[in-house]
Amino acid sequence: MAIVSNVTISADSIAAMPAAIEARDVKLYYGASQALKGISMTMREKLVTAFIGPSGCGKSTFLRCFNRMNDLIDNVRITGLIEIDGQDIYGKDIDVIELRKRVGMVFQKSNPFPKSIYENVAYGLRLQGIKSKSDLDDTVEQSLRGAAIWDEVKDRLHSSALGLSGGQQQRLCIARAIAIKPEILLMDEPASALDPIATAKIEELIVELKKDFTIVIVTHNMQQAARISDQTAFFYLGELIEFDTTKKIFTNPSKQQTEDYVTGRFG
Amino acid sequence: MNTHHDQELSELKDKLLTMASLTEEAITQAVKALVERDDEVARKVKVADNLIDRLELEIDEMAIVLLSKAPLARDLRFIVVAMKISQNLERVGDEATAIAKRAIKLNQEPQLKPYVDIPRMAELALSMIKDSLDAFITRDAAKARAVLPRDEEVNAMHKQLQRELVSYMLEAPPNISRCLHLMQVAKRIERIADHGTNIAEEVVYLHEGRDIRHLKAQGVEE
Repeated sequence: MAIVSNVTISADSIAAMPAAIEARDVKLYYGASQALKGISMTMREKLVTAFIGPSGCGKSTFLRCFNRMNDLIDNVRITGLIEIDGQDIYGKDIDVIELRKRVGMVFQKSNPFPKSIYENVAYGLRLQGIKSKSDLDDTVEQSLRGAAIWDEVKDRLHSSALGLSGGQQQRLCIARAIAIKPEILLMDEPASALDPIATAKIEELIVELKKDFTIVIVTHNMQQAARISDQTAFFYLGELIEFDTTKKIFTNPSKQQTEDYVTGRFG
Repeated sequence: MNTHHDQELSELKDKLLTMASLTEEAITQAVKALVERDDEVARKVKVADNLIDRLELEIDEMAIVLLSKAPLARDLRFIVVAMKISQNLERVGDEATAIAKRAIKLNQEPQLKPYVDIPRMAELALSMIKDSLDAFITRDAAKARAVLPRDEEVNAMHKQLQRELVSYMLEAPPNISRCLHLMQVAKRIERIADHGTNIAEEVVYLHEGRDIRHLKAQGVEE
């Protein structure tokens, strides 16, 4: 399948694409303070959706709603509806472990297990009950290739993952995330700790990965959002200010607040 | 916030405005050289054109530096539009120089006829350049749009002038060389109006974020 170019994709053609994640009036409270103030938006299948906004605007919090990572925090209360493939992920019959298999996540700081490169990728597969060595070998290779790191690690699969560079570790974490074949990949500033070359590799990878996955990425780097995403959402103080094609957001946003933020005249 | 960045953008704008006023002046002088048969004025146009060319280089250099800072939204549109406007102005400067050169040639022979349509046409073309640049400064997309229909008027005047000059040529072969010069002058003015149209379209894009060029190619009916 050809990769949809974020330069030419139109709002109309996006609207016709199937929804991957549907959020309706999502509100989130940490104790008494409200972090998300009623967010509604639709993220489409096999597109890259970027979340931008100043620190503390709620974009990471919102991202973590999609695989229920916020469940791990005490005192969090969420209202509204989040559907993935039409299924309410906060519904009673939802198995959260199962959900997190469908919705993988890559974090700002790469977090490989203190194990071999091979074991990092095989870990999730073993949890799924895959025991056959040839099956594991195949999927590990496929995932490392998918994360564009195979050529760099194929001769040292059994050495420690911690010996890899920061950029390699991050791609390893992406390999680990895609090994269990999720539908959606959430990325929380995946390149913010990397140098420009490693960043470029991650960005290239993200554009490749969207052939197979729906990607939602939080980034502080607006040029990064402009380079890799199809749609961009601007958040401020827990509200979704503007959500449109990336082209529109970065060349001619509709809202003054978005304009001020992307041109660096915020505040 | 970000006053340094704003200052750089404002320097780019100032430079563009300097270029614009020199260009407007060059058109006025070129037509004056023709109508008043004044070689001295014609030579001034060439001097102005050199300044205009230098400003184009300076504007491009500033714009490249500004673009390397990865501006977005209005800033991005502003810088790209500034480059395009300066390119159009540079061409207008060339057209004015070409008119001035023809004026010097025409001034060596007796005047073929009183120039009536050429100054009118030039005035209209100049108004297109002026108004589109005013619209640029005052952020007035409506004013820029109002420039566009004038191009048709200029084209109509150009055609009429061509017909008239052909009739002069048919009448007497000694008229031919002067008629050819005047045809060139008319053509140059017609091109100036085209550049006015281009600038007006860029100004609409700057202020509205909408590309109104080549609507047929965009598959849009306006």
